[in-house]
Amino acid sequence: MATTTQLEALTTQVRRDILRMVHKVNSGHPGGSLGCAEFFVTLYQDIMDRKDGFDMDGIGEDLFFLSNGHISPVFYSVLARSGYFPIEELNTFRLLNSRLQGHPTTHEGLPGIRMASGSLGQGLSVAIGAAQSKKLNNCGHTVFALTGDGELQEGQNWEAIMYAAANNVDNLIATVDLNGQQIDGSTDVVLDLGNVKAKFEAFGWIVLEIEKGNDIESIKAGLTEAKAKSGNGKPVAILLKTVMGNGVDFMMHTHAWHGKAPNDEQLAEGLKQNPETLGDY
Amino acid sequence: MKTYENTGSKDTRSGFGAGLTELGKTNENVVALCADLIGSLKMDDFKANHPERFFQAGIAEANMIGMAAGLTIGGKIPFTGTFANFSTGRVYDQIRQSVAYSGKNVKICASHAGLTLGEDGATHQILEDIGLMKMLPGMTVINTCDYNQTKAATIAIADHEGPVYLRFGRPKVPNFTPENQTFEIGKALHLTEGSDVTIVATGHLVWEALEAAKTLHEKDISAEVIDIHTIKPLDAKAILESVAKTRCIVTAEEHNHLGGLGESVARVLSQHNPTPQEFVATNDTFGESGTPEQLMDKYGLNAAAIVKAVNKVLKRK
Repeated sequence: MATTTQLEALTTQVRRDILRMVHKVNSGHPGGSLGCAEFFVTLYQDIMDRKDGFDMDGIGEDLFFLSNGHISPVFYSVLARSGYFPIEELNTFRLLNSRLQGHPTTHEGLPGIRMASGSLGQGLSVAIGAAQSKKLNNCGHTVFALTGDGELQEGQNWEAIMYAAANNVDNLIATVDLNGQQIDGSTDVVLDLGNVKAKFEAFGWIVLEIEKGNDIESIKAGLTEAKAKSGNGKPVAILLKTVMGNGVDFMMHTHAWHGKAPNDEQLAEGLKQNPETLGDY
Repeated sequence: MKTYENTGSKDTRSGFGAGLTELGKTNENVVALCADLIGSLKMDDFKANHPERFFQAGIAEANMIGMAAGLTIGGKIPFTGTFANFSTGRVYDQIRQSVAYSGKNVKICASHAGLTLGEDGATHQILEDIGLMKMLPGMTVINTCDYNQTKAATIAIADHEGPVYLRFGRPKVPNFTPENQTFEIGKALHLTEGSDVTIVATGHLVWEALEAAKTLHEKDISAEVIDIHTIKPLDAKAILESVAKTRCIVTAEEHNHLGGLGESVARVLSQHNPTPQEFVATNDTFGESGTPEQLMDKYGLNAAAIVKAVNKVLKRK
């Protein structure tokens, strides 16, 4: 079990990875990646019960599905730093012939990835299927999923949300990255999501809120509570209130860095704000 | 000429249901999902016998396809069931990303394909689904011709690792292929030997091709009828061997001529042995309400239309 200090150190290193990955290829999505760095680090390093190595079926371990695949930089960094593949491979992000495609895929056989994502709104359905498969296999482990908040505008999510509650898919913990931003601006302006908590509750989910979604202690407590509340006949949703671009001051609180890479000076500034902790790849 | 007997007309969708029932007994990894069309897809029996392995998705096809993809993780073999229109066009992106690109072992089983669902009209009569599915990398595309073949195909695809689109229909049609046959994916079946023209047909048009061959035989035209149940991967060898002998070909399908079997055959021929070809298919159109027989007649998808196409292609030799 890692200490919070260790997780914080890893998060800082993950931020460096994200910035360096997107800077090198001058493309990718740093904003949402940075906003979810603490969540990924805590989930993979502290919460999930994972087996050594990787097999697609994942029987006897917890599973994670990323629906908003554009935040692949944080996913790749945390997978690499959790031992799924060599961290040097982060250097190949978005390059020709790389296993680290712009959006995550099973197609290139990258360990740690169980579905392709990028076209939004599909991950929750896949996670529900995987959770049902676990029940059929009498596997008592949990399926975790992450969706963006703007992504909730995709109707398939609400099909999935309705299904999971109606069918007591209670081995599922779905987190919504509630950063309030999407490509064209704030979610309130683009298409107001309304009261997300009330919506999930109306569909029959247990809903937890993590007010400080970039605070490792809060994330730990929230995910631990979610695990405690799972297995009781209802799916569990976590509304994770994050700051897009967290940890790099000029990237915070704006949608401007949703899909834009920093230039050389901006990279240097971002790295300065996040000094190397565990060694760059 | 070899002839075939209709042992009693049945719907191909019932062949699917019977195959699924069989799989329920023999393969514990097979699970089934349906989007509020259990009766139409003949999935009642599987549901009754294996409620724990049956998932009612409701009228929510996108979620159904996603769940099917997820169920493969852990070793399940999901069979999804709904109408062909809702199995493909409605969920194309879900199939593309969550199933095909993700390499998931999902069997997309689609009833009521083509015009022959009849009176419901064009909203439900998809004539584009073969094209949509065959364009997806890694997708196997099968269109079966009768009850026995549909049952055999349903059983066979469970043993095939990878995504499959299995297309069948609503009406009762002649049942003429052997009971308890072994279905080999990608293997064309020579139904009649002939020397003047090759007729390659799929789905409901296979029986019509046999009827056409009988009519042609009476006029001393020898037709080689090939049942090409698998459109992808296409049995190019069988087609090329046949046209080497006949030097002309008619393709027949209950589908748009754009994107269907005919175009797949044309590609093989243009690359290896350019051969005069006529297409029995719909002509870039939507369908409409009517009885299956009326529609197949109006849109030129029956034995008479095949005979006409053969007469045309023979003149182009």
